[in-house]
Amino acid sequence: MRKHSKTVLSDGTLRKREGTLYLENRKGKLPLPIEEVYDIYIYGHVNITSQALHFLAQKGVAVHFFNHYGYYDGSFYPKEKLHSGDLVIRQAEHYLDPEKRLELARLFVKGSALNMEKNLKRWKVADGFSDMLGELFRELEDARKITEVMNVEARIRQEYYARWDEHLPEGFKIVKRTRRPPENEMNALISFLNSRLYATIVSELYNTQLVPTVSYLHEPGERRFSLALDLSEIFKPIIADRVANRLVKQGIIKKEHFRDDLNGVLLTKEGTKKVVEAYNEEMRRSVRHPNLKTNVTKQRLIRLEAYKLMRHFVGSGRYEPLVAWF
Amino acid sequence: MVTETQKRGLPDFGFSSPIRGTEINYLFICPTKLWYFSHGITMEHESELVDMGKFIHERRYGREEKEVWIGGIKIDFVRNGDILEVHEVKKSKTLEKAHRMQLLYVLYYLRSHGIEAKGFLHYPDLNEVIEVKLNGHENEIENAMNQVQRIKKLPFPPRAELKPICKKCAYYELCWV
Ligand code: SF4
Repeated sequence: MRKHSKTVLSDGTLRKREGTLYLENRKGKLPLPIEEVYDIYIYGHVNITSQALHFLAQKGVAVHFFNHYGYYDGSFYPKEKLHSGDLVIRQAEHYLDPEKRLELARLFVKGSALNMEKNLKRWKVADGFSDMLGELFRELEDARKITEVMNVEARIRQEYYARWDEHLPEGFKIVKRTRRPPENEMNALISFLNSRLYATIVSELYNTQLVPTVSYLHEPGERRFSLALDLSEIFKPIIADRVANRLVKQGIIKKEHFRDDLNGVLLTKEGTKKVVEAYNEEMRRSVRHPNLKTNVTKQRLIRLEAYKLMRHFVGSGRYEPLVAWF
Repeated sequence: MVTETQKRGLPDFGFSSPIRGTEINYLFICPTKLWYFSHGITMEHESELVDMGKFIHERRYGREEKEVWIGGIKIDFVRNGDILEVHEVKKSKTLEKAHRMQLLYVLYYLRSHGIEAKGFLHYPDLNEVIEVKLNGHENEIENAMNQVQRIKKLPFPPRAELKPICKKCAYYELCWV
């Protein structure tokens, strides 16, 4: 990929000058050559001129915004460029038909669970997890409603966090997964990474013909891009959780990288920088793809997952969720 | 006037044929590709090869270039001497049959609208220009058109088959992941 994701941590103004995008602030002018920009992630306080927005829209570059806590706020999602009326209809059909919707919802949960299992095995804390999965998968097959599928998912996740905790260093236990606001460091770290991952998936979906607002496990409308939520179930364990785990196990992220806030715990600026670096590095890392017989980056795996969904929708083979072989 | 519908190459009910030149081309490359393309699932915007094609095009023909859309068919450029000339610029000869059929189709289409034209295939990398003549190929074109319609109407994409060109195809990941 010649294009790269750009992350903006500092404050400033995003402006277009003579066909180039610049981030300008007191420290100077940082050029962002548009032909090299795949998407932009903004954490700082950034003003964007309307010329810059027009330019980004014209080039089909999505911009994602994160708040003070590093949570996803929203995206500048330029007018969808690639439409396929036929695919839209088939996506909707898979939502409207209860059997088809359930099948996909189950597959997302299964894929997610198998990736959690893979992590626990790597971390050597998989005690009894596989047996438990066997039982819960049977329940999953019997589930007749999406809420029942969701319920199984929540129980799997609980078992997963309990075991992962055994592997985590003191001071970085999850104990109870708390989201908004996160009540401890590890929760803050996981939430931060999940937000970033969600935005990455939104970007990948933007570059396909899939409609990002029609989803199966999550109710459409739960978030604007609810299909990204569905896909994030597959990728949270193998991307976000692994990065979080590595950061605290290797002591790259320490207590000092967090601070208390009225509303819980959040990463400091320095902490944010380290986490974003680790995440970007992870996304650029390649693995050999067994079907394609080429090397693909972790980020590309998300696009490939979208392609598998497209094939599912057009009736060319059933979707098989990615289960990490790496 | 070029309408949005024509630009996007959707069926233009003002004309008799909803088949695009690219679809004839893809018929001779891969039916799976034809199906995806004609169902609006396109990938070309990302493909390096296509960018190259554009690049060559702009460099060599920038000044004469005239993109014309006729009933949903894109003709790379048309020069008007005493006779209408239809030019298509292609990168390499590996898919010559597909290129030839695409151009023949354009000529056929124009003739069915009462316009006689000469067709030329350009291979700027090879410094070659080939003239393509319609006479004697009418049946071949009609067969191809029928086949395109048949494949477009299939409820599912035809099963992908691994071919040497797959590795370079913009749909490679979609077909083989
Ligand atoms: S990858 Fe191969 S099978 Fe798939 S569309 Fe391209 S040429 Fe056809």
